[in-house]
This record gives sequence, C-alpha cells and structure tokens, in this order.
Amino acid sequence: MKKIRIREKYCMGCRLCEIYCAVQHSKSKDLVKAYRGEYPKPVPRILVEEKDYLSFAIQCRHCEDAPCIGACITGAMSRDPKSGAVLCDENKCVGCWMCIMMCPFGVIGRGKEKKVISKCDLCVGEKEPACVKNCPNEALVLEEE
Amino acid sequence: MVKSTPPFGFAIKRDDEKCIRCQACARMCSNDVHAYDAEKDIIVSDSTKCVGCHFCEAICPTSALTVERTQSQYRENFNWTAEVINDIKSQAGSGGVILTGMGCDKPYTNYWDRIVLNASQVTNPSIDPLREPMELKTFIGRKPDRIEMGSPEGPKLETEIPHQLELEAPIMFSAMSYGSISYNACFALARAASDFGTFWNTGEGGLHRDFYRYGPRTIVQVASGRFGVTREYLNTGAAIEIKIGQGAKPGIGGHLPGEKVTEPISETRMIPAGTDALSPAPHHDIYSIEDLRQLIYALKEATRYRKPVGVKIAAVHNVAPISSGIVRAGADFIVIDGMRGGTGAAPKVTRDNVGIPIEIATAVVDSRLREEGIRNQASLVVAGGFRKSSDVIKAIALGADAVYVATSALVAMGCTICQKCYTGKCNWGIATQDPYLTKRLNPEIATRRLKNLLRAWSLEIKEMMGGMGINAIESLRGNREQLRGVGLSEMELKMLGIKSVGEAW
Amino acid sequence: MRRMEVDRGGCSLFGMIDESGDRFSGAQAINAIAKMQDRENGLGGGFAGYGIYPEFKDCHAFHLLYDNEKAKEYTEICLDENYSIERAEPIPTRKVPAIKNPPLLWRYFLTVKETKANGADIGDFVVNTVMKINGEVDGAFVISSGKNMGIFKGVGFAGEVGKFFRLDEYEGHAWTAHGRFPTNTVGWWGGAHPFGLLDWSVVHNGEISSYGTNKRYLESFGYRCTLFTDTEVIAYLFDLLARKHGFGFDTVGRILAAPFWDEIERLPEKEREICKALRMAYGGALVNGPFAVVVGHSNGIVGINDRIKLRPLVAARKGSMLYMSSEESGIREVCQSPGKVWMPEAGEPVVGRLEGTHG
Repeated sequence: MKKIRIREKYCMGCRLCEIYCAVQHSKSKDLVKAYRGEYPKPVPRILVEEKDYLSFAIQCRHCEDAPCIGACITGAMSRDPKSGAVLCDENKCVGCWMCIMMCPFGVIGRGKEKKVISKCDLCVGEKEPACVKNCPNEALVLEEE
Repeated sequence: MVKSTPPFGFAIKRDDEKCIRCQACARMCSNDVHAYDAEKDIIVSDSTKCVGCHFCEAICPTSALTVERTQSQYRENFNWTAEVINDIKSQAGSGGVILTGMGCDKPYTNYWDRIVLNASQVTNPSIDPLREPMELKTFIGRKPDRIEMGSPEGPKLETEIPHQLELEAPIMFSAMSYGSISYNACFALARAASDFGTFWNTGEGGLHRDFYRYGPRTIVQVASGRFGVTREYLNTGAAIEIKIGQGAKPGIGGHLPGEKVTEPISETRMIPAGTDALSPAPHHDIYSIEDLRQLIYALKEATRYRKPVGVKIAAVHNVAPISSGIVRAGADFIVIDGMRGGTGAAPKVTRDNVGIPIEIATAVVDSRLREEGIRNQASLVVAGGFRKSSDVIKAIALGADAVYVATSALVAMGCTICQKCYTGKCNWGIATQDPYLTKRLNPEIATRRLKNLLRAWSLEIKEMMGGMGINAIESLRGNREQLRGVGLSEMELKMLGIKSVGEAW
Repeated sequence: MRRMEVDRGGCSLFGMIDESGDRFSGAQAINAIAKMQDRENGLGGGFAGYGIYPEFKDCHAFHLLYDNEKAKEYTEICLDENYSIERAEPIPTRKVPAIKNPPLLWRYFLTVKETKANGADIGDFVVNTVMKINGEVDGAFVISSGKNMGIFKGVGFAGEVGKFFRLDEYEGHAWTAHGRFPTNTVGWWGGAHPFGLLDWSVVHNGEISSYGTNKRYLESFGYRCTLFTDTEVIAYLFDLLARKHGFGFDTVGRILAAPFWDEIERLPEKEREICKALRMAYGGALVNGPFAVVVGHSNGIVGINDRIKLRPLVAARKGSMLYMSSEESGIREVCQSPGKVWMPEAGEPVVGRLEGTHG
C-alpha cells in the first residue's frame, strides 16, 4: 500500500503541511476562507515536532498491526481494503478516546466540532495527500511500501 | 549629533485579507523580520531588517506578501545616489570596509547584450536540432598541434594525447567553496555535474569526504590558503586548478568568517574550528611566473601527469600577456574570471571597481594566444556573470572552449541575489552553515533544478547553432564571423575582433 | 571595394581523371560542365588541368591575373628576385564574345633559386611567395602555383571560359571544372573557382558556416586568407593536412567531415581512439556547412561531401577513368556508358589515384 515516508533531514519546520491538511479537511477547502471564515478553525491531522533545528511532520502511520483498530469498541476504526489506510467511520465513533490512548505515535486527536476522533485519512479519494503535495521541500513523500 | 541611520531598502507589503496567520513567514525568516502578535492576532513585519531575499514571499501559502524596494528616501541625485550616501554614513559609523556578496551590480556595459548572432538563410540550410545530430561535446586540456599516425591511412595512433576532461556541453560549475556555500549545495552541484556529464569545482574549501566518490567529475582547486590540499585530494579530482585570482576581487584573498567555520568545515579545510579562514592575497610561493611554473609541475608530478593542471586568474588589464605566460608555464587550461564574477564575501569597493569584463578578456586572450601560435596548448575557460545560453554561445564564438557558471547555478537552486552571503544567514540554505537553514536546500530538488538548467541551456545552444548551419561546437569556437556588434564603438569592435552589424562577410 | 563573395548554392562542379596517366583533351571537361549550365549564372567559371605542361614539369607554373601593368611589373620584380624564370608569356586565349574585359593573364615557369631557398622546404617557400603577392601586391593575384598543372578561370559561363582559354588545345590526365552562381552582380576574375595553392586545386559547391573558425585556425599556421571567398580555406586545409601533416585522404576526409560522436562510439576501439584524437586536435579544421568539393593534386583527385550531405555529388568509373560531378548528366555527356555510378556517403572521400602513387 502507499504510505507517507517522513524525511526528517529536509523538514524546514514551516508547518505548511499542517495548514494544507487542515484546509483539505475543512468545509470550504479554500485557504483564506477556511482560516478567516470558518468556525471552529480547521484542525490539522498532522503535527510538526521540533527540537532546535531538528523537525519533522508526523501523522497516522496506518500501521500494519494497528493498535487503534483493536482498541476500538464500536468497530468504527477499520482498514479500508482499497487504499490500505486505517480510517474512522464518524457515524460509528462514540468518542471513547481508547484509540488515542493506544496510539504509540500520539497522532490521533479529539475532534473540535463533534465528539469523534480526528486523524490522518491519507486524503483517500484525492490524487495525493495534501501534505505531500504541498511540502515545499519534499520532506514528505508518498511511496509504495 | 543625532546618529544617522540609513533608510532601509525593502518594504514588506502584506495583503491582510489574504494573510491567514499561519506564521510560516515568522518562523522562516532568519533576519527576524516577521513576528506574530498573539494579542492582536496579526503578523508584524520590521522592514528595516529585510534583506530582500524573498523567502517569505515564496513560502507564503496565500501569496499575501510582496517584498518591494522602498522609494528612495533622498532627493533624486544622479551623482549622490542613495547607495553612495548610505555607504558613507555606514563607514562613518563603523570605520570599516563595506562587505558585500555576489557579483558587480553596477551599470558597466554588458557586451553580451550588444552582440548579435547570425542565422543561415536560403543559401545554407539551417539545421534542426530535434531531428539531426547537434554536437556540443567539448574536451578541456592540452592538445597536440598535430597527430602522427603510423602510416598516412594510419591504423595506429602514435601521438599521445594528454589527459582531457570530457564535457557533454561546454558549461561547467564554477568554484564555490564548501564554507561559502552549504554541504547540501555542494552535494547538488557534484551530483548534477556527474549526472549531466560535466564538472564542478571545489573552490578553495577543500573536498568533503562524502564527495570523494564524485572525484571523477570534480575539479579540485589549489588556492592561496591551500585549504584541504593533500596528495589524496589532488589525486581524487579529475583536474587541478591553481587559483591565482577571482573576478569578483582581483588582487585580494578570500575570507570566511570564523562563525561559518563549523566542525565539518574545519575538518575539510584542515584549520581549527571557529577561526577565520583567511586566504592570503598572493600565493606566498608564487611571486613570479617561474614560481608558477614550478607549482604547476609540482602538481603534475604529484599526480603523475595524469590530470590536467590549470590556472585561474581574474580578468585584468594585462590579461592577454599574463595568459600567454601562463600557457607557456605549462598550464593545460586557463580560466579567466571577469569582473561580474560572484563571491561569498568581498569588499564592495573591490567588487565594483577592479577587473575588466569577460567579453573583452575572452576576445583578447584568444587572439593573443593564436597570434603566438600557442592556442592549442591550453583550453580557455571563461567565467564571470554568464546569465543565459546566448551569453555562453557568444563566448564560444569569441574563442572560449567552455564557460564556468556559478551565480546562475545558485539562482537555479533558489538564490535571489540579495548579496548578503557574508552574513551566513541565507534563508535559502545555500550560503550558510546554520543547520536550521541548510535543511531548506533539499539536494534532490537542487540537483534536479541544476540538471534542468544545463539541459535547457544546451537545448537553446543547439537551436542557435542549428540556426547558424553548424552542427558541431568545434566549428563555432572562435568563429567571430557569426557575431556582429550593435551600438559599439570602433575601438570596442576592434577589441572584440568582430564586425559591426550591417557588414556582410 | 572588393566584397567577399560567397557562393550561393546552385554551383556546378566536375572532375575526371585517367588513372593510367594517359592524357586527354580539356574539351571533355568543357562539355561536361557546359551540360550543367543551368546551375550557373554566368558570373564565374574555371578549370584546373593536371599534366598539361610536360616540357616544364619540374617548374612551378605560376598563373597570374593582373589588374594593371604596374601590378605586373612589381610582381615580376618579386619573382625575379627569388626564382629563375624559365619562360614568361601571356596565357593564350581566343576571342569569345561573352567574355568581356579580361584582366592581364600571364604565366611563368619558375625554379626556386638555390641561394634564396636556403635549405627551406620548397613547398613552404612557394606558399610564402604566393601569400606575399596576394597580400601585398595591389592588383596582382596568383591563380595557380603548382608543377605541371594550371588553373584557368574568369567571369562568364564555364563553357565560355573554357573556350576562351583554348583548353581544347591542352592535354592532361586530370581535369576539374566549376560553374558559379555568385550574388555580387560584378563578378571578379580572381573569385571564380578553382582555388589553388601549389599543386592543390579546389572546386566547391556550398557555403562554409565554419569559415570564421577555419580561417583563424589556418592563420595560426601561417596561411593568410586573402582571396575573398570561403573556398580558400579548403585548399589551405588540404595543404596543411595532406602535405604538411602527411595524412592520407581518408583521414583528411575524417577531419574535414568528421563522423558524429554517436557513430564514433560504435567503432572498434582502435578506430575510435583515432577518430576521437583527430576531433580533439583538429577541431578547427572541421568544415561545417553544406559542401561538395573536388580537390585536385599531383597524384590524383579527391571528392568529398559534408557530414550531412547537403550538396550533390555523383561518381562513376569506367575502365581507368574516374568521374565526379554535381549531376549525373555531366558524366553521361562525356561517358555514355559508365560501369559503376554511385553517390558517395557523407564524409567518405572518392579518391582517384594515378597508378603507382600513394595518397
């Protein structure tokens, strides 16, 4: 399956990946409208970790043996057969936050609007993930695992 | 007395409607121009610190930023320009030499823009480079005046040809030291040169261990500071270049401030970390032409005559006789760097006033070497502000074998010629050693862009050559009949050795 | 003011040799070139004949063109200084209405004075004389300077020029001919082809885009390009490469019309090294631009095309005869049923050699 590889040595810490991820998952999908108009402000599912000049952006790793799937009490968290991504069905998610506690990377967050989780969905349905497409330094690449 | 602060040069214009407060500009600017004010939820920009590198403009996701030149704060004055006034005030304050980076930016005549090329019409068909072979292959090195074969139809080659550098196109990457530019930038230059089939130059910073594998495509430089020069270094390169001078600062040595001398630089240059890397003005073992001859042969001995050894000088008034001397001293190639050549750091006054344009230097050196019958003995490589493929082709037609580019390569990698290389704060990750900044230059992307540049220029050169009815670069070399001068004085035409526009054969 | 005259395509050329050494009338060359008259515009034609002066075969036969008496006087003084003049006479001509205002046309049979030569190479000595007269004597031009050969040329259709010079009365074992199509309305007698230096004669159809490069390359070897036409460089290049550097014609072809790099890559190693070395050292001798040339010399004639064959050249053999022509019609005019007729490859020389000689 295609996964996002993180290339830490090229990450500049500009956080544009966070911006574009948030916009991709916003209502308007427009940079200016999403940030200036929408409420609540769109939340990215990718996070840049920084320490001095070391930085990299991390999102859900869509693990082969995903602990979050095992932890999900309603079966909302499952693997999409086509893309291989780990996706959450918002209709089934009850906001118990078990997956957040189980995730070894800490890349699952609480949704701002509804009581459901928020995490990387590999931009399933788009040609390529927004973070990969917009990283100015190619620090994130989509590769066949 | 009120301390006079020179008015700043750039103004940040932010379209507030578009600004989404992502703070990328604030995070990225190495000169701390932008800052986020959480209370008012706006980004505040201190334009006085802006150097005009345009990185924030490039990174802004909504293109909300424009970096503009401010209007002149002084009354218009052709003689007392804002720059002149500011420089005087700055020196009155510091008592020091004003430093700058990159090449001369003053409005001296650019002769490339006053020379036009020919095309074949009717009587001589032009050649279509997309359908017919168009050859740019060039060899740099000493060539024999004649070849001896075993018999007239010669199945056997008896003359030994000295080692040559083989280039796929007559363009190479000029010297930029590791220290003045970052590891990633060097990496990109080395890789692009190797992939494309040309050469890059270490400059006076030595060769980093990691780049030894690109040795066969590297020209190693021996400069006055002899940084990093060991026997292994000499034998790893494909050719050796003795740097006597450079176009941006003829007559003075190089200076890498101690702040830029990090551990890896210290190791490569073989000097203590944190110390200033000062290259002396002359080589202290070359005070005359015979000393140069001695060094050339010492280097040839050290590399067992297996590598071309060349000499790089700045283009100055006596460049023609000096070049003749250098060729007779045994150089296999000679590099002339014109006054528009770039640098990481140089006194502004030297950069802008010392040296001569490469166009004229190329013409007079080529003519002089031919007059003396020694043109074959060394290849002529020229450098100093080559901006486009047409500059390259005109240089070849004037008589050069190949052209060295550096500023163009940096621009391809992101540089916007803000001339602040000497501060070490290059936002594009090129002219800096700060690891926070060097990360920004992804060598994969940079390599790709450099190769694209070489490819694009090669295609353009082929188009122009085909237009002239020429399909091999050797038929263009020194072919001044294909050039005409536009708006040049008689003396300038004479110096360039070309006819005026309007004159036929 | 003399302007540079470059042939604007559409020229015709012709060459023929009897490899057995038997001599034949120049009328054949006249007929062949006249057949292709459509390719000319009547402003230049010329011939080179080899073996035409058997009684003076060891003398250099200088053909000179003078604009005025003064030029003749001055030149004769020059020649007298360095050479013994075995015979000096006007070149015999007949009145042809189409040929108007001929200049003074003289020929001299010369031997170099021992004392003047001083052990120098005779060829170089004669070349120096030619360069000197052409460059320094106003109004005088040396048209040919070889042994037992001569170049005859002028303004007019080639056929007419041939009749004017009474070439039907000469016999030679090899002849080349040329008809021009120059652009300048006033043709100049010295500008017609063939061009000669020593025993070399060149007839050329084409335009040399690399002229600027070739000219400066030759200048560094002491040749001066003074005859206001790009063809000059080919004659000098042959002199340099074949005479001075001793290359055979196959090699000269490989230098002037060098094979492409991608062809060179495919050659066996030894040949590849040779081709590479030749291109590296003799880049300035590569002739770019369309050309078909027939070069005459003491041991035969050579025809070559440029590397992408932009001008026609047809060759034919019958018995000991070898023919080369811009068009087959020229060949068939003088040889009804040739044995083998072919178009040579780009850069591949067609070599006609006198029996018993090399080259």
